[in-house]
Amino acid sequence: MAEVILKGISKSFGETRAVSNLDLIIADGECVVLLGPTGAGKTTTLRLIAGLERADSGRITIGGYDVAQEAPAGRDVAFVFQQYSLYPHLSVYENLAFPLRSPARRLGKDEIDRRVRDVARMVRIDHKLENRSTRLSGGEMQRVAIGRALVRRPSIFLMDEPLSSLDAKLRAELRLELKRIQKELGATLLYVTHDQIEAMTMADRIGILAEGRLVQIGTPRDIYSNPANTHVAARLGQPHINLIPVDVLPDGRAPAGTRTVGARTEHLEISLGGNANAQIDWVEHLGDQNHLHIRVGDCKLITLANPYLPVKPGDKIGLALKNPLYFGADGNRMY
Amino acid sequence: MSSVNSAHSVVEPGAMSKRIAASIVIAYAVITMIPLVWIFMTSFKSPPDSISYPPKIMFQPTLEGYCNLFTTRTRQTSEYIASLGTPTSTCDETTRSRNMVIAGPSNYWPRFKNSLLIAFGSTFLAVSLGTLAAYGFSRFRVPLADDLLFFILSTRMMPPIAVAIPIYLMYRQLGLSDTALGMILLYTAVNVSLAVWLLKGFIDEIPREYEEAAMIDGYTRMQAFFKVVLPQATTGIAATAIFCLIFAWNEYAFAVLLTSGEAQTAPPFIPTIIGEGGQDWPAVAAATTIFLVPILVFTILLRKQLLRGITFGAVRK
Repeated sequence: MAEVILKGISKSFGETRAVSNLDLIIADGECVVLLGPTGAGKTTTLRLIAGLERADSGRITIGGYDVAQEAPAGRDVAFVFQQYSLYPHLSVYENLAFPLRSPARRLGKDEIDRRVRDVARMVRIDHKLENRSTRLSGGEMQRVAIGRALVRRPSIFLMDEPLSSLDAKLRAELRLELKRIQKELGATLLYVTHDQIEAMTMADRIGILAEGRLVQIGTPRDIYSNPANTHVAARLGQPHINLIPVDVLPDGRAPAGTRTVGARTEHLEISLGGNANAQIDWVEHLGDQNHLHIRVGDCKLITLANPYLPVKPGDKIGLALKNPLYFGADGNRMY
Repeated sequence: MSSVNSAHSVVEPGAMSKRIAASIVIAYAVITMIPLVWIFMTSFKSPPDSISYPPKIMFQPTLEGYCNLFTTRTRQTSEYIASLGTPTSTCDETTRSRNMVIAGPSNYWPRFKNSLLIAFGSTFLAVSLGTLAAYGFSRFRVPLADDLLFFILSTRMMPPIAVAIPIYLMYRQLGLSDTALGMILLYTAVNVSLAVWLLKGFIDEIPREYEEAAMIDGYTRMQAFFKVVLPQATTGIAATAIFCLIFAWNEYAFAVLLTSGEAQTAPPFIPTIIGEGGQDWPAVAAATTIFLVPILVFTILLRKQLLRGITFGAVRK
């Protein structure tokens, strides 16, 4: 495992700027998750580190070495792709052994066998080693794909939405397993996703990417409670943060220049039977909680509520802010 | 209830349409097979049976056609034939019954070997070059790729024989006339455009992620190509190889023009059999029957690759 440093990395495809002036340090043994919408430059960043793309400018060092001139094979990274992850003409065992059999690594047969079986146990696929890789379920395939990365003990693991093609239940399961394995191995991991739950649960630090720029990087807690701008605020939290004009709800503490107020569920206080300044549009029952769709003037807000809160569509309620987030005209946070 | 369902099923054709489709296919197959069956039958007829009218469906099968195909014979007086010892083979016996003796082997076998060498050689070359070129076009940003591909295709826009005369002159200058190498190069040149286009389609279907994964796993691009791309392109390669082989195997016009002796292939040789000792249709039919065997075997061997779907990958979209 090693420290990976990106300094001033830029990459364009024709007219499109995929990554622009990106600085990122991934510490040894750290799990950094890059979060951002499609086209934010997440995958390009991974491909640049892996050497599948060449940066237009900037420096990438892995374990202290500048890898600019290295081919992918020489960079000692492992990559887990979103799909097309297994070699279809090989068995599970051969897939796992494939990186170890490369001419670049001269490992003995016994050593390969031992490592393949170790990793197969770790990703819980050891009962299907002789299967054709095409005869696996989606979850098993991704397990093998992750195993193929683990078998190498590379400097860094690069994972490009490895769970996004799986169904929700499997995704939750593998997410936990992946975190367990990463901790067990003390692996350096750069993980790309657009799923905020994956980001929140797996990351030591989350980096928010937008239009090729790293907008903010910090611990999940930090990114959630102290977003640097409206874009970052909108990435995390379920339901989405309510971004409303400053004068919609009464609040005396907004700093001068505030244009937008960001209010998550925890920033909203609902009172029944007092001064009514809002109206319930409708209520979505999720079982353990309710989504309340609230209208204040022309503004619509969504918040979570206790399912036993006695409200129904059409009810008038009082809505007040409680330590919300303030953003200026440029979208940046005001303190 | 189930019968109602199947009658309205979108994917499963009804019993009636299945029967109609089957009868059309069978009729087509029978019609295409008749000439082949006729050739096969004729190859086992005696020369008089082969030209009798009305044609004989029932006849005494004989290997005379095959004997005549592989031998040259000279006519002798019956006294001379009587003076010979006992016949050494069935062919010997058949030949003597026609007042002839075997003078030596015919040219069929050498011509057939030429055909094998030239057809398989050019197919191998065309498919190898085609695979590499197709891979290049599919994966790299080749300058003027579209124009180059069009240019490659444009070589097929006229019948190859249209350039026969320039090629004839060129080959005479280069000393390639009547050489196996010349024919291999010629058929390769004709086939390679087809191979590039067919294979590019197949290779485009193989996701790049496989090679990228292999390259990250410690392989060079070349190693990744052989370890990961080739095994997945076998279907396309097999299909392309069969197309190339059929062309090279059956090609007649260039073979007539450019080969006359040493490098002559079977197609131009077969008609010459007719001239040698009267119209020896059984020998011609025997030559044709044997000529069909390699391509039949090759197709049957590769049948599995041909039928297997193009994508059989571990892909879940």
